[in-house]
Amino acid sequence: MNFDDTPQEAEFRKSVRSWLDANAPKQFEKGLKTSGFGHTALEGVDVMKASKDWQRKKYEAGWACLHWPKEYGGRGATPIERVIWQQEEGVYAALSSLFIIGHGMCGPTMMVYASEEHKKKYLPPLAAGENIWCQLFSEPAGGSDLAGLRTKAEKDGDDWVINGQKIWTSGAHYSDYGILITRTDPTVPKHKGLTMFFLDMKSPGIEIRPIKQVNGQSGFNEVYFTDVRIPDHQRLGKVGDGWAVSLTTLMNERLSIGAGMPTGFPELLDFCTTLETGDGPAIDDRNVRSKLATWAVRTSGLKYTAFRSISALSKGETPGPENSIGKLVAGPTMQEIAMFALDLQGEAGALLNPDQAAAKARFQAMLLRSPATRVEGGTDEILRNIIAERVLGLPADIRVDKSVPFNQIPTKGR
Amino acid sequence: MEFDFSDDQKQLKDQARRFLEAKSSPKSVRVILEGPEPYDKALWKGLAEMGFMGTAIPEEFGGLGATYLELCVIAEELGRAVAPVPFASSIFLAAEFILAAGTREQKEKYLPKLASGELIGCMALSEGVANASPKSIQASVAGGKLTGTKIPVLDGNAADFAVVVARTSAGNDARGISLVIVDLKGAGVTRTDVETIDPTRKQATITFAGAAAEPLGAAGEGWNILQNVLDRAAILTGFEQLGGSDRALEMARDYALDRMAFGRPIGSFQAVKHMLADMYVSATLARSNCYYGAWALSTNAAELGEAAATTRVSATQAYQHCSKNNIQVHGGMGFTWEFDCHLFYRRSNLLALSLGSLSIWEDKLIDRLRAKNAA
Ligand SMILES: Cc1cc2nc3c(=O)[nH]c(=O)nc-3n(C[C@H](O)[C@H](O)[C@H](O)COP(=O)(O)OP(=O)(O)OC[C@H]3O[C@@H](n4cnc5c(N)ncnc54)[C@H](O)[C@@H]3O)c2cc1C
Repeated sequence: MNFDDTPQEAEFRKSVRSWLDANAPKQFEKGLKTSGFGHTALEGVDVMKASKDWQRKKYEAGWACLHWPKEYGGRGATPIERVIWQQEEGVYAALSSLFIIGHGMCGPTMMVYASEEHKKKYLPPLAAGENIWCQLFSEPAGGSDLAGLRTKAEKDGDDWVINGQKIWTSGAHYSDYGILITRTDPTVPKHKGLTMFFLDMKSPGIEIRPIKQVNGQSGFNEVYFTDVRIPDHQRLGKVGDGWAVSLTTLMNERLSIGAGMPTGFPELLDFCTTLETGDGPAIDDRNVRSKLATWAVRTSGLKYTAFRSISALSKGETPGPENSIGKLVAGPTMQEIAMFALDLQGEAGALLNPDQAAAKARFQAMLLRSPATRVEGGTDEILRNIIAERVLGLPADIRVDKSVPFNQIPTKGR
Repeated sequence: MEFDFSDDQKQLKDQARRFLEAKSSPKSVRVILEGPEPYDKALWKGLAEMGFMGTAIPEEFGGLGATYLELCVIAEELGRAVAPVPFASSIFLAAEFILAAGTREQKEKYLPKLASGELIGCMALSEGVANASPKSIQASVAGGKLTGTKIPVLDGNAADFAVVVARTSAGNDARGISLVIVDLKGAGVTRTDVETIDPTRKQATITFAGAAAEPLGAAGEGWNILQNVLDRAAILTGFEQLGGSDRALEMARDYALDRMAFGRPIGSFQAVKHMLADMYVSATLARSNCYYGAWALSTNAAELGEAAATTRVSATQAYQHCSKNNIQVHGGMGFTWEFDCHLFYRRSNLLALSLGSLSIWEDKLIDRLRAKNAA
């Protein structure tokens, strides 16, 4: 029972540190630390450019996509080395958020299913941050029930012709490429008629419309496809095997466990220590303490759960569905923390301008972003299902549509 | 990083599990639940033969001199088996008090017999409704004689001696508090069973009327020593709570797979699935926090206080959560005396109180996090 690195790990950590020491963009350190939650903003700085510059620098020195093989732009590092990198990169990781989907999901899917030629061509620029990728999975009719998607792909000569609509596509508006799941056969049960592709987001026939979110920003989009052509060689996996391919993508999400999910607790503890109420700092209040304690043990439980996973990883074990608990605990906790922090501020808790609101409106930003954490990448309910079914071994939900041909599933006319 | 128990420790855990499955079955727990015996004497003897009591007691005092990590895995199995024995009182508390504050003579006198199970110790702290505080301690020692009443004392009838928290000088501040060891079979001691929510760990009220009191640690240091020992015991008890949480979750899962309603297993209803998923989440967070506690305890880390309070709050919440929902999943069956769910429900709620209430530990946790933050 220890937190110690093995000698090799310690050696690796040392080299990461010394490289970061010499190369990290220290001019952004403070800005990144105080940046509003769920949104990286740096005063007077083009965040996209700063992110791409940092990614390029890492790439050139061999610190990009550490777990990818070298020939595709990675470092061929072990999972535990990747974790060490994440721990050490710390606050600068916020500059990688543009690339998370590409590096964490699209790249690994390409790695398994793309041709050698495509891997050589597309993966290094993705690792280098030259290209940004997005994930075109969700649709109005297929979110949690992803296999309910309707976007059509029809074969025409050597091409496929795409018609339909995706929604909630993060970063589509600045992405160069995307991986796209489509329906190629509506006459078979829904999981069987799907096929995956990758495509150029500048292809003719794609229209991207930003969606305004609860927090006023527009990180995600609607993406419309009208007769968009994709060459057959950009197909990932066999025709009809799209569901299995999508599982590869989603499984890779779980491998990024190193950093642990933030809950907002350290920020709340600081806030309660300094916030003066009628009788001294808020933290002296019994009621406040009791709530803080509950969030403290959840946060520490997540931290040490991640450490247990890292230990398993360093023994060569693969992370499993039990890692679903990270987001399931962090999302609701952050939302509760945000609401409580506002409550402590009285009516002024409603203020949103950072110049007027307490703690530079950090908790207000958290309030308005946290609902998304409970939905994106699997809702709380879907995660509970995963734990119940895949960890505890309970029966799967009854699915009335599972073996019915897709085009005979009732739709309520929508 | 190796934030896990070693293979040897896991093997010890398996061994403890097999032993306890055989010797502390629900059926034998019920003998203590329903009968007059203060604890399961055959089980106690067996645990002693396995050497479990002496796990973390140094070899020079008759123990095995293993680490606290070994004691943690045993604690988890005791909790899983809701073992009806005074292990925690004797080992997590009495032995820890003596290790922390005893003279060499006292260690030689008590520890080998605690390690062999020949002697049973307990802690006498509470004096009635309210969490113990320096103010609430009225029992007092004068001229080597203890006078006062302690209620409730966990394992007070099973124990041979008690470490008593008492006042040695007037006033109501912590500096007037000292620890004394009292032979519970000696003159001036009256013990009576009290009825409690968990008769599988019997409790007593003890009246001291001029009982001979042997000082333990320096006069006036009692409150400090107590805090330290409570922290250590909270981590070990956390493992007991963890073992109970896991078992309650397993029972609920197994029943959900077995019980049919509306033509399907109840475990296929989402309300039940999600309840079980949430129990799993609580138990997993508690496990991770307990490991942090185990690390702090076994390395005597500077973080021990914070880790103890973290473990305590997390494990208490998890056990209460899992044991109450275990009953819920069992429906009417869960509320019967005959089904075992209540053994866990009782124990979880007893353990939630036995080292001081949740709110006390929440308070300690925030104090300690705040101090760490300020440093
Ligand atoms: C900020 C953000 C970014 C996103 N980025 C992307 C992206 O880049 N690419 C992409 O493809 N998608 C993206 N998504 C979409 C996301 O994956 C979906 O929103 C999510 O899977 C839920 O689908 P839905 O919105 O259709 O909700 P629904 O599936 O309609 O869910 C509505 C409610 O019903 C519940 N529900 C549904 N099915 C069940 C069930 N079986 N059991 C119990 N409850 C159920 C849900 O839990 C939820 O509470 C993003 C979403 C957000 C919020």
